[in-house]
Amino acid sequence: MSAILLRGGRVIDPTSGANDFADVLLENGVIREVNYTTRSGELDAFAADMGAEVLDCTGCIVAPGIIDAHVHLREPGQTHKETIATGTQSAVAGGVTTVVAMPNTTPVTDSVALLQFVQSVQRDPSARVLAMPAATVGSMGGELTDYAALAEAGAIGFTDDGKPVLADEVMKHALIAAAKLALPISQHAEDTRMTVGASMNFGPVAFRLGLRGMPIEAESSIVERDIRLLEEIERETKLRPHLHVQHVSTGKALAAIRDAKSRGLHVTCEVAPHHIAFTDEAIAGDAAQRSRRYDTHFKMNPPLRSRAEVDACIAAVLDGTVDIIATDHAPHAHHEKNVEFERAPNGITGLETSLGASLRILHREHGMGLVDVLALMTSAPAEKLHLPRLGYDVGRIQTGAFADVMVFDVAAEWTYDVRTTRSKSRNTPFDGAPMLGKVKFTLVHGEVKYRA
Amino acid sequence: MSLPSANATSHPGSLTSIHDISLDGITRLLALTDRLVAEPHRERVKHLDGRKVALLFYESSTRTRTSFELAAKSLGAMTTLVSDKSSSIEKGESLHDTGVTLRALGAECIILRSNYSGAPEVLARSTGLPVLNAGDGMHEHPSQALLDLRTMLTRLGLSQQLTPTTMAGKTVVITGDIRHSRVARSNAILLPKLGARVIFCGPTELCPKEALDISHGVEIERDFEKALRQADVAMMLRIQRERLAGLDIDSAEYIAGYQLNEQRLRAHAPKALVMHPGPMVRGLEIDSAAADGPQSAIEEQVAHGLAVRMALLHRALLGEANA
Ligand SMILES: [Zn+2]
Repeated sequence: MSAILLRGGRVIDPTSGANDFADVLLENGVIREVNYTTRSGELDAFAADMGAEVLDCTGCIVAPGIIDAHVHLREPGQTHKETIATGTQSAVAGGVTTVVAMPNTTPVTDSVALLQFVQSVQRDPSARVLAMPAATVGSMGGELTDYAALAEAGAIGFTDDGKPVLADEVMKHALIAAAKLALPISQHAEDTRMTVGASMNFGPVAFRLGLRGMPIEAESSIVERDIRLLEEIERETKLRPHLHVQHVSTGKALAAIRDAKSRGLHVTCEVAPHHIAFTDEAIAGDAAQRSRRYDTHFKMNPPLRSRAEVDACIAAVLDGTVDIIATDHAPHAHHEKNVEFERAPNGITGLETSLGASLRILHREHGMGLVDVLALMTSAPAEKLHLPRLGYDVGRIQTGAFADVMVFDVAAEWTYDVRTTRSKSRNTPFDGAPMLGKVKFTLVHGEVKYRA
Repeated sequence: MSLPSANATSHPGSLTSIHDISLDGITRLLALTDRLVAEPHRERVKHLDGRKVALLFYESSTRTRTSFELAAKSLGAMTTLVSDKSSSIEKGESLHDTGVTLRALGAECIILRSNYSGAPEVLARSTGLPVLNAGDGMHEHPSQALLDLRTMLTRLGLSQQLTPTTMAGKTVVITGDIRHSRVARSNAILLPKLGARVIFCGPTELCPKEALDISHGVEIERDFEKALRQADVAMMLRIQRERLAGLDIDSAEYIAGYQLNEQRLRAHAPKALVMHPGPMVRGLEIDSAAADGPQSAIEEQVAHGLAVRMALLHRALLGEANA
């Protein structure tokens, strides 16, 4: 295995708070040395001895690779949309070194064999692929999958993403079973009984367009229910279940999460870049959001919300209620999206625009510290998903940690052009959108997997 | 001749939303309507002689379909109907593919009715052809708004040279199932642009407060009689019994609150113009005396529909410049 010297960059390591110039030497897939120095070059001789490749990082930030807790890779079964190979190529192009694969594949990833298939090196992944298999058999919401066996095979949590675990009793059992393994249940919070036939956010825009809307309560009521279940379980057992709420999009759900956290319950949550980048006005055709009327590239679930909800999401990121940023990367083929709005599948791609959109919105437009934004995408997902405990020393730039690193030019302002994508699909609302911060190198396990 | 690319932007002759046509554009369209109506048949049929128009109806509608079809034939065009009742709409074929197929078969304009809101946008983008929206989901019915406008201008004695004050001081009360009505949406977008006040009237279930946002100059009044007293036009919408069944209202209650009947009309709006896009459910949203009385313009609406649709087809196939 080769050695690489990342020379002349500024290292940001959110875990330690380090934010200074340093040379970083990688060897055999781990970080061998981080040399904070005012004058680059102290590791040069050492690196030369080892025959290390030198990557010039002058003017760039060297940070832990992004860990995306919510990614659809579509394999097995829907390889016309994406494969594990193309999805992870898209990931590294966006600085993402670890993805957490969702189980709504065909068939649903609900067995050890399927989990092993997803994690297999034969799928030629460019990034680390971790997985959350289904919480219930076939994600049908009934019988729990075999949590112990799946955990043994590498599951880092359980989810029926794409749909909720709706029945109270089933969700309670899921939380208990996962708690026994100290793993989270990751919930797609949507009371589907309140969203039948709905294809966007409920409100004036939906009325104007003649589309049925999803009320915000469809999300918040499930979050509130799940929090009640956590309390019940803590009261009745010695267990401390971990609820992770996926792609939160409403102020009401975030208020419930904020409150639960203040009462000491183990709840974490994620927000997706598109939910802080766009509003439901985009679906009416909005030049400012570069959308056309009934533009299916703006159709996802949860849907784009009103300005007030978007502002509540941003506020919750800024005040720390939101733990992590995750994309919900959900590729769909052109012919699948090129249909009537109500018939189009939900979901958009996001791996290549996560960093650029998050930095632009949170850092540039809302003054959030660079270290804090990066923490939401790197160290926080590692910590909140318990990855070090599970054997993945990712999300930090420190001696001994996995050499999963991204190098990016933080000052680069650019425009995303979907024609350059490495994903198999092009269903993004960010085509033509302004981005801040451009990835130059992405290294996974000490190997360069992406070069701009 | 090369076919327009699948990504071509919408054809300027399309009418997918009432937003797509300016006041000047409507003024020209109404003038064209007058000219076409005045022409003798043998002259009229020359305009679109040999042109091909496809009617793509995923949702049945005798009235709108016949109106468009006769309008096309009146101008000499050939028409073909593709409906969900015929076997022509291949099972599971996408709207994109159906549109492209119709184009390849020589269709030069497609009239689309769909139960999906926004479907005309998909078809217009896919084919690059002029697409006329004959009603999409719960969204819009722009040709209906134009025929309603011509009816109102005629009966209220207003100028067809439209300006933002053409209908200043006039109040149009639209009553009934606003929630599901594309007629209500198209009219509520168009009429305020001419200075009219639009009052939506109906119970909350059928007339939600989100409707207010559709346009400036739109208000909601729950009390039908209070609304009627302000009305220059009382536009009634069809109530589908099956919709009432799912909601928190019953027919008797609806009739008591919102039916336009002879007594109400005489007591509260003895001069208002009575309109209805049809088909009517007599005895539910409107009684026969109101529907057939001297204040009613319902039959004229149908005639205006045919006339306005001739002009829309002329605009779609011969261009704005020639229109
Ligand atoms: Zn989801």
